[in-house]
Amino acid sequence: MPDPTLRVENLVTAFHTRNGTLRAVDGVSFEVGRGKVLGLVGESGSGKSVTGFSIMGLVDPPGRIDGGRILFQGRDLVGLPEEEMRALRGSRIAMIFQDPMMTLNPVLRIDTQMIEAVKAHHPAIGDDEARSRARDALAQVGIPSPEARLKAYPHQFSGGMRQRVAIATALLNKPDLIIADEPTTALDVTIQGQILFEVQKLCRQTGTALIWITHDLSVVASLADEICVMYAGKIVEQGSVDDVLDRPTHPYTHGLLRSVPSANPRGQPLRQIPGMTPSLLSLPSGCAFRLRCERATGECVQVPEMTAPMAGRRVRCFHPLLSTVPV
Amino acid sequence: MTVFIIRRLMQTAVVLAVMSLLVFVGVFAIGDPTAILVSPDSDQIERDRAIAALGLDKPLWEQYLYFLYGAFRGDLGKSFVFNMPALQLIMQRLPATLELAFAALVIALVAGIPLGMYAGYRPESPVSKTIMAGSILGFSLPTFWVGLMMIMVFAVQLGWLPSTGRGQVGTIFGITTSLVTLDGLAHVLLPAVNLALLKLSLVCRLARAGMRENLLMDYVKFARAKGLSARRVVLVHVFKNILIPLVTVTGLELGNLIAFSVVTETVFAWPGMGKLIIDSINNLDRPVIVAYLLVTVSMFVFINLAVDILYSILDPRVRLAEAKG
Repeated sequence: MPDPTLRVENLVTAFHTRNGTLRAVDGVSFEVGRGKVLGLVGESGSGKSVTGFSIMGLVDPPGRIDGGRILFQGRDLVGLPEEEMRALRGSRIAMIFQDPMMTLNPVLRIDTQMIEAVKAHHPAIGDDEARSRARDALAQVGIPSPEARLKAYPHQFSGGMRQRVAIATALLNKPDLIIADEPTTALDVTIQGQILFEVQKLCRQTGTALIWITHDLSVVASLADEICVMYAGKIVEQGSVDDVLDRPTHPYTHGLLRSVPSANPRGQPLRQIPGMTPSLLSLPSGCAFRLRCERATGECVQVPEMTAPMAGRRVRCFHPLLSTVPV
Repeated sequence: MTVFIIRRLMQTAVVLAVMSLLVFVGVFAIGDPTAILVSPDSDQIERDRAIAALGLDKPLWEQYLYFLYGAFRGDLGKSFVFNMPALQLIMQRLPATLELAFAALVIALVAGIPLGMYAGYRPESPVSKTIMAGSILGFSLPTFWVGLMMIMVFAVQLGWLPSTGRGQVGTIFGITTSLVTLDGLAHVLLPAVNLALLKLSLVCRLARAGMRENLLMDYVKFARAKGLSARRVVLVHVFKNILIPLVTVTGLELGNLIAFSVVTETVFAWPGMGKLIIDSINNLDRPVIVAYLLVTVSMFVFINLAVDILYSILDPRVRLAEAKG
């Protein structure tokens, strides 16, 4: 079997702060193949963004990758020299960020910001060629009159258009892997739909692998092939998107799905998961979810291992919901 | 843009009128210049004649109107002491002060920005900590003391540089300045560094703060995610953003450099406006004081205008308002 585009094995990324060590990503493993979309789902602080930054090699001190391997096309990115990592970044692996209002430099024109992305990886390419690539990329993500828009500054674009520019920039060098960190969270629902549609189409066409980081289950449902649910730095459930969303086995996934307002009967109080996301500094021993879990028993003070309760499904729980009715 | 400039010029005229009135009344309140100017053993007739010659026998409001009448024709009155037009007197001294301020500004920017940016880029390194400690000294040591120390070390003990006066002047593009001759440069170096020290610390700290603030921005992370080199991220992306606050402050500080180079000019016997104004205040030489302040305020206004225009070039989000003020 050929190498998948990306295989992450037992990744540990920790922040060494004065108050102690925070394991933001704690033994995460997954893989994404060509043209596939992986949804990385979790609440704020579950470690999903840090996972993305770890793959990009952009974890800033005091954060550091403490263990595991990140195999990109068979090559381990952990410990790769900065210059080699830089050559991959934006060229083979691209990233799109959450807030389109902040990701573009306010004082540089769009063409400057796009052309430099081309030239950083292809110094031999002339300005004209780089500019025409930028123009094509803008057209590709559905920006009208791209030639004229190249000369604009970021503040002359709406949020949705800026995110399109950011996506176009990520696409410039035809990467093999795109990490999208909640790129549609800050956008209107209609714009979000358009962008999801465009991105999905692009991945199918070009065979680009995509990791879509989000807390929005409805986005994942329509976009992803596989899904990883993260809680407190660990993946708690993993499987194909339809399976996991239709028949969640981990109590946390189950709780998340039940919290989506539309799933609740009208007129009833909205359901929620009791308690709060624990601070990484004071995680309960054993299963991090046990204090909020209605199925927890004495056994849960041990750390549960990943198990495969059914084909194509992995779950980290002593008491998975194996025979429940769908949510 | 044109409307913006015209409105600014009108504001300037009002500011100048109000300020001249304040100074007029202020200097009148301080004391009687004739007590200093007319020799004590002259008799009353002589004294009256001198007072009449200076126009000081008239009521203050009449003197002020007379001054305004002259000012509109470009005549700011004659110095009581030197008996020559005050404006001409100032213009003679202006180039020396301007070149000192300019040299100090260049030193402050050329040294301050890179030092500050480095300190912001590597805040934990010993070099950065040394830079920041140095900038605290630059802030807190009194200018005159540093000036005296510099004279003692570089002029007296080491004998490398001259300690007083302005050196040989040369002419470039029709401007007479000491910045184009070696001797002139040697003379300007010590006072310029002395004058620059405070501004250098300020620029350094601003650049450092800007650097640290901007490095945390998403656009920096996005630029790095594009695979740009750290060099390009810092020198293009961050630098252009740091420049915006720096230009504002530099503009304000340039005005300060010109107006308040008094201390440095006194320590180094630099023949500039600062020394002139101190002498004039001592002699209650009102026309010179008023003319000096008018020139200084005009310069401030002009610099601020230049800053506003530069701002709109640097930051595309700023457009000089045509419609509303």
